[in-house]
Amino acid sequence: MIELRNVTIQSGGFRLRDVHVVIPTGTYSVLMGGTGQGKTTILEAICGLRKVAKGEVFLQGADVTRWKPARRGVGYVPQDLALFPSMTVREHFEFALRLRRVSRVERARRVAELADVLGVERLLERSIRGLSGGESQRVALGRALSFSPRVLLLDEPLNALDESTRDRLCDLLERIQRSEELTVLHVTHSRDEARRLAGRLLVIEGHQVRERPIASLGESTDRQSAKERA
Amino acid sequence: MGEAMSVSPMASRDARSASQGEPGRREPSGSDLPFFAATAGIGGSYVLFILALIAADLCFTSPGHFADALRKPEIRYAVRLTLISCSISAILSIWVATPLGYLLSRFRFRGRWLVDTIIDIPIVLPPLVIGLSLLILFHLPIGGSNLEESLQTWLGLRVTYAEPAVVLAQFAVACAFSVQTMRVTFDQIDARAEQVALTLGCPRGQAFLRVTLPQAWRGIIVATTIAWARSLGEFGPILVFAGATRMRTEVLSTTVFLELSVGQLESAVAVSLLMVIAAIGVLGVVRLVGFKVTR
Repeated sequence: MIELRNVTIQSGGFRLRDVHVVIPTGTYSVLMGGTGQGKTTILEAICGLRKVAKGEVFLQGADVTRWKPARRGVGYVPQDLALFPSMTVREHFEFALRLRRVSRVERARRVAELADVLGVERLLERSIRGLSGGESQRVALGRALSFSPRVLLLDEPLNALDESTRDRLCDLLERIQRSEELTVLHVTHSRDEARRLAGRLLVIEGHQVRERPIASLGESTDRQSAKERA
Repeated sequence: MGEAMSVSPMASRDARSASQGEPGRREPSGSDLPFFAATAGIGGSYVLFILALIAADLCFTSPGHFADALRKPEIRYAVRLTLISCSISAILSIWVATPLGYLLSRFRFRGRWLVDTIIDIPIVLPPLVIGLSLLILFHLPIGGSNLEESLQTWLGLRVTYAEPAVVLAQFAVACAFSVQTMRVTFDQIDARAEQVALTLGCPRGQAFLRVTLPQAWRGIIVATTIAWARSLGEFGPILVFAGATRMRTEVLSTTVFLELSVGQLESAVAVSLLMVIAAIGVLGVVRLVGFKVTR
């Protein structure tokens, strides 16, 4: 479970006030909101990369507000992926396992499992340079999942991908969330993505996060919405 | 041709209007040649000036002068001391510059601007002043003793007018250049990857060592090479703090000075050319390896 209790985050002129959110264990929640409203900031506060000025952050029932990111055990896929340029795909998947001193045999088993689920077996020995957008997303996802976190945070993970790759990755995310019983918080601008994946819909409105019925997303696709806005 | 013939009078007038503007108005036109001639002329004259300096040295000397100069035991000693002192100074510089450059690049702490300014002081100070300051620092009375005496008593190490003074004088300036290079290097490495490493279970130190430092290798080579080259060219601080004692604290830059002062112009020029060759070699490394640091 992810819980933010009356969290206030201040960053320069930007501020989120008294945010209260509860995301139950094993749910797939989608967080939407306009540009610059603080979606990424909320993810960073949960994984410990951003200090909260006030309030508490709870993960699996534990108050982690003062915990360092390393101790929180949250899988995080940032918007820009931030892959490690000096490492191969295999090294990305092994990174968190080595830090946890997982045995070589167990590491090999987990890497093979991840590579199979993500469909990147043939990329394992490759450097991340030259990977396509979809392949890079899979590597970032594999790196975040490698140490079997209970919570996964995704910051616009399907942006800048073509439609078919996006569809395949949506399927993959659904499958992984179910099989690993993950609590997922997925930030997106895309109504299509939200409609497809969201078990719960959260929206940032006026410095607050509110839950909205998924039906409020309507039937229009992203393309139709863009046309309507135009 | 057929197409040109078929252009209507109206279209032809529009085209003329577009190219010549409205009657009475002059559109900007003209060749770019004068601009490129002026910039290339002004810039090129400096390049020629540098080449003329090197060419003059080359014309003045001969392979015989080189051989004579390299046969002198004093100059051979100076070459050896130069190579050793520059290398030690470069290693010390990168050792300090890597953490300092990283801190300045990644963290906004109170007094950061002051640290930044202090690091630039050796770059802007006249070299003689640095030498003089080193001399005063090591001989300033503190509690009835001074740093020089304390080092001699406790470590048996003589610094002033000895080989360590050469290294320290070189390091004092070279390190400042290394810090700036490493800072730019870390500025260009995305901090996001390091943050993701933190979420994966890394303490800060490991995130730096495992994720950021491997990406900084080009910058490290460039910063080391720049420190080495700065050390090679250092003269003022060495003269004041280490002296110019033959077979003791003489490095190539002091050799040029000493040979000139005893009227051995050929030797001085031969040694100068040795330094030019070393400098070109260093610049070659920086260009080859470091080019991508700035990309």
